[in-house]
Amino acid sequence: MSRRNFNPDRDVREWTGAQRPYDILKEGAIALLVVALLTAGLALVFGSPDEKQVTIQQWSSADPVDFATTAYSELAGTSGLAGYGAPYNNASDGQFLGVTHLYLAKMVGVHIPIDPAQTFVLRPLATLPDAATVRFALATWKNASDTERQNWLNEYGKATLSFTHGQLVATPLSLSNPVDVLIASETAMARSGALDSAMVTGGGLYTTDYTNVLLFIADGGWFATLADHQHLLGDQWGMMNETGSYPGQAWLWLYTFWYQIHPFSTSGNADVDAWGIMMLLTAGLILVPYIPGLRSIPRRTKLYRVIWRDHYAGRV
Amino acid sequence: MSTTIDRQWTTRLRRRLVEQLPPDKALPDTQPSYVSSWIYVFGVVSLSALVMVILTGFVLAIRGPQWWHQSSIGHYVNSLHLWSVEIFFFAMVIHLWGKFFMAAWRGNRSLTWVTGAVTFATSIATAFTGYVSQTNFDSQWISTQAKDGINATGAGAFFNVLNTGQMLMWHIVLLPLAAVVLTALHVVMVRRKGVVPPFEEVSK
Repeated sequence: MSRRNFNPDRDVREWTGAQRPYDILKEGAIALLVVALLTAGLALVFGSPDEKQVTIQQWSSADPVDFATTAYSELAGTSGLAGYGAPYNNASDGQFLGVTHLYLAKMVGVHIPIDPAQTFVLRPLATLPDAATVRFALATWKNASDTERQNWLNEYGKATLSFTHGQLVATPLSLSNPVDVLIASETAMARSGALDSAMVTGGGLYTTDYTNVLLFIADGGWFATLADHQHLLGDQWGMMNETGSYPGQAWLWLYTFWYQIHPFSTSGNADVDAWGIMMLLTAGLILVPYIPGLRSIPRRTKLYRVIWRDHYAGRV
Repeated sequence: MSTTIDRQWTTRLRRRLVEQLPPDKALPDTQPSYVSSWIYVFGVVSLSALVMVILTGFVLAIRGPQWWHQSSIGHYVNSLHLWSVEIFFFAMVIHLWGKFFMAAWRGNRSLTWVTGAVTFATSIATAFTGYVSQTNFDSQWISTQAKDGINATGAGAFFNVLNTGQMLMWHIVLLPLAAVVLTALHVVMVRRKGVVPPFEEVSK
């Protein structure tokens, strides 16, 4: 390489100076031993968090009105999931990426189709054995027109829900409204634990896919209340936290940071914008050696003088 | 005869390997005198922590994903797994910043930097899939929140963070394999090119 083309941020004259003894295997063995001891000590002293999973049964027992309200919103098509868009349905366009106005999720399309009313309410209720009242309500719902269904939903939506003496009560409500039977039965089913089973094993005995049951729990308010107590909400830097006082995914601090500041903290497109920014920054990190200006930072800041202080002091 | 042997794939590959990474570079017994700082320790600490992460992951895999919820030994092994991950990231971040301020890509070492940075990104994905595979409240909450970000990019159609089986497979097979292969490439490149020399400074 000619001297004229030498770029100090890209090129270097390879070292031909002094060498000193170096036992790479010994170094590796000592490092492994120290890290193993440190890991064992930290694990012994601090352990690891294991907050038990929550179930629909726990949710409906702890907050039956929140559960019933959520079940109603799934039936009425007003829940968060019902209006989510891709990959679950076509109810909305979803988020668009910054200035590009590209609706990425919509472009990819619906690949995990979920009909909330069927998946979370009607199909599980149909699995209840010996429940003539429920079967009648399901049949009434199925045979009704869209207008009739909407009228029932509107009436139920205006009713006040309460849970007294082990029963969900909606008042005022006409006796002929099947929504009352559907939601009350679903609440009773949930409190018995049968809804967990129906939703988890809906696709067969063996399963490792909990998409439906997790989406349903996440649509309710109770789940977020638990997360709030564990400082896990988005505006609590929750994305990098975990339950208890553990470090969590501290390496996600920059990704989480965008959600804390304007305009992302109030933007409807925060998720895709934060991803877009992080992808750009990650690409920048990977490609530092090829980006003029960025690759000059080490030489200009001269922090390398701290690292190689012995070399520059002529001590080595 | 010798021409036939010379043309064999095996012979050519062996010669190529020895040429690219001769034994004295693969397992050196000396190093340049300027390699004299604690910052150099964090590369080998990252590597050691990765070994611990994988070993503890192996033990967790032997008894399956529910074991650590039911057994105190299993819980301790999970704690070892967690803390080795924390040490791994701590050491890797310091290693990365140290190499940045050394401009360690100089002298045809760009790919060494690139493989290191990609390994860092791959490790983040690996850790994330571990967090959503825990089968406890943390995994329930993290997966239901993370889905929105991933869905918004369109990737959620194929990478479903609520599908515990899928995430566990990514966590224990696909991503660790990628991380280990990338790390191996990174280490080979470091050994092949050696540690970047200091900036030359003109004496005043």
